[in-house]
Amino acid sequence: MKNLFLIITFFTMSFTAFAEKLTIVSVNNGDMVRMQKLSSDFTKKNPGIELDFQFMEENVLRQKVTLDITNKGGAYDIMTIGMYEAPMWGEKGWLVPMNSLPSKFDIDDILPAVRNGLSHNGVLYASPFYGESSFTMYRVDLFAEKGLIMPDKPTWGEIFKFAKALHNPPEVNGICLRGKAGWGENAAFIGTVANAFGARWVDEKWNPQLTGPAWTHAFSFYVDLVQNYGPKGAANNGFNENLKLFNQGKCAMWIDATVAASFVTNKEESTVYNKVNFALAPSAVTEKGGWLWSWAIAIPAGTKKEAAAKKFIMWATSKDYIKLVAENHGWSNVPPGTRTSTYTNAMYLNNAPFARLTLAAMNAADPSMNGTLKRKPYIGVQFMTIPEFQAIGTEAGRQFSAALAGKKSVSDALESANKSAYKLLKKGGYIK
Amino acid sequence: MTYSRSFFGKLILTPTIAVLLLWIVIPLSLTIYYSFQNYNMLDGSPTGYTGWMNYEFFIFDEAFYDAILNTFLIVLSLLLITVFFGFLFASLLNSDIFLSNFIKLLYISPFLIIPSVSALLWKNLMMDPINGFGTFLLNILNFEGIDFLNEYPLGSIITMLSWTWVPFSTLLILTSLKSIDKTIIESAKIDGANHFQISLFIILPNILRSINIIILIETIFFLAVFAEISIATNGGPGTETTNLPFLIFQKGLQNFDVGESSAGGLIAVVLANFVAIFLIKNMSKNI
Repeated sequence: MKNLFLIITFFTMSFTAFAEKLTIVSVNNGDMVRMQKLSSDFTKKNPGIELDFQFMEENVLRQKVTLDITNKGGAYDIMTIGMYEAPMWGEKGWLVPMNSLPSKFDIDDILPAVRNGLSHNGVLYASPFYGESSFTMYRVDLFAEKGLIMPDKPTWGEIFKFAKALHNPPEVNGICLRGKAGWGENAAFIGTVANAFGARWVDEKWNPQLTGPAWTHAFSFYVDLVQNYGPKGAANNGFNENLKLFNQGKCAMWIDATVAASFVTNKEESTVYNKVNFALAPSAVTEKGGWLWSWAIAIPAGTKKEAAAKKFIMWATSKDYIKLVAENHGWSNVPPGTRTSTYTNAMYLNNAPFARLTLAAMNAADPSMNGTLKRKPYIGVQFMTIPEFQAIGTEAGRQFSAALAGKKSVSDALESANKSAYKLLKKGGYIK
Repeated sequence: MTYSRSFFGKLILTPTIAVLLLWIVIPLSLTIYYSFQNYNMLDGSPTGYTGWMNYEFFIFDEAFYDAILNTFLIVLSLLLITVFFGFLFASLLNSDIFLSNFIKLLYISPFLIIPSVSALLWKNLMMDPINGFGTFLLNILNFEGIDFLNEYPLGSIITMLSWTWVPFSTLLILTSLKSIDKTIIESAKIDGANHFQISLFIILPNILRSINIIILIETIFFLAVFAEISIATNGGPGTETTNLPFLIFQKGLQNFDVGESSAGGLIAVVLANFVAIFLIKNMSKNI
């Protein structure tokens, strides 16, 4: 009996030795975690491949992935990266290009804005898992109670009035917005507010503009709004914290990534799932600005498991995967913002009340150099696609959160952020 | 004979010394090299010699002064808190109270909790402005909840650290209290000494040695506080809780600026050596 057990162990072990193991590192957002749960579908179809998932928070993910890829560490076979990294790393040849893909994958089905954002010189370097823009989520019941009506295209001025009218702590806060320091957290969000007020990170000669009138106006508006009508501790709230607050019913409005919509309308996660409606992201001086982001899956160059890794990506970002999620979790929970076919699917449009607005917001966002009121020298809506932005955004984010927490004045915070941006751009050789 | 013995002695020591040298020399020389390079990690490799620019940028960064001040404040305030409360609690535990062993065990347990775990506990269970225990208590007393981590960031960090480190100092002081011969105190009482005199002239000189050890060990640890800051406040808001180790981490692994981070690391090495020399000179005499 014991021998039999040994033999079985030996055989299973020798099988696992033959199986190819793919290490996948990803951000811990809901859609990605769901993919792990559904991955048995992939391993069933590809018996020779094993999957090892590692999930981490956005900031930690960036550290690990950047360290690994720049040192050719080879710890991961498949990485989740964003629109910031994909074109830069593609240009450097650090990623395996996504060409000669099977026709079933239908690359032309990918939304053009997302495809462009993940490409360099027309070559796709990461396959989008989900894409997002930003919009306004608000509580229908609270608006009705006060007799307020949210327009389809609100302005920041109107949002301010609504927040003031609806603020009733500790039960409900007028508005929840990101305040947690980080370039992908508050700096990204405040960047879109600044865009709406006609600001840009740098002028055409790369001189940082944070102390200019447009930024000052935008940022003091934001601080005023969140300090007066936001939740306590807003300076520590990122996407996930605000999602929790909104789902607990503590926010009357929340302006953030469109991907949040499927969570706030989910019966199992949200206490207000049937009381939410959506509107476009607010504008102020201009309607230009917006928000465009995608989490995408890429293969680091030099991996020995390229073929298997590509197989996995073709599975995880395919139309079939979207169908698989729909079958298991319902249409409203499929990964949004990647494929045109999702948005022409009647089932999706009927089940996801946020679908049309998401698509409209994504199409409106323009990452090109004409994307802001005044022309800018960089690509990207709420970030600059240059290696220095990681540091510029992080430092600025820290100053922003200090001002929001009341530890610094608005002008001091902008002054400091501007100074460090100038220093970093000079170091990078942009400012001569 | 002496020659060959010392030669043999040197011979068998060589591997150890070689390993130690490599251990120190390789990382240090790499750090020195990078500190003179313009090296953004997102560029992949150093892009050229920059002279003293990294040092200049690090030293003239506003955050550098905040970091020095915060490091100093954390060390000083925690030394005062741990020694004072350590003495207080040690005196209490030294008296024969009910279930004293069990209470001692409970008392020491915060010191055994991993720093990152204790930071998470404090952040989410105690100090959360909406769902935290602190807010719950304040609400019962009809006060509004306080956003501890944003309104009193450094104080919150110091509170977390005290919770961990007061038990440590208590334990050390308690052992030296136990070792004081009771007959001395009794004879002092017979000679008419009051409580204050007994504390000042008998107990304090006896526990001075363990206080010295506490200061020496704790200074080394508090200079390098990291987990609590990284998890609870991420150095913020702004630079309110950024200390020197966190600033170096931030430059290197949040800004991906390897050059400036290396320069900062070397500056920190120099500063830490000053502190170490001062400590060892003054403290080692008393131990």
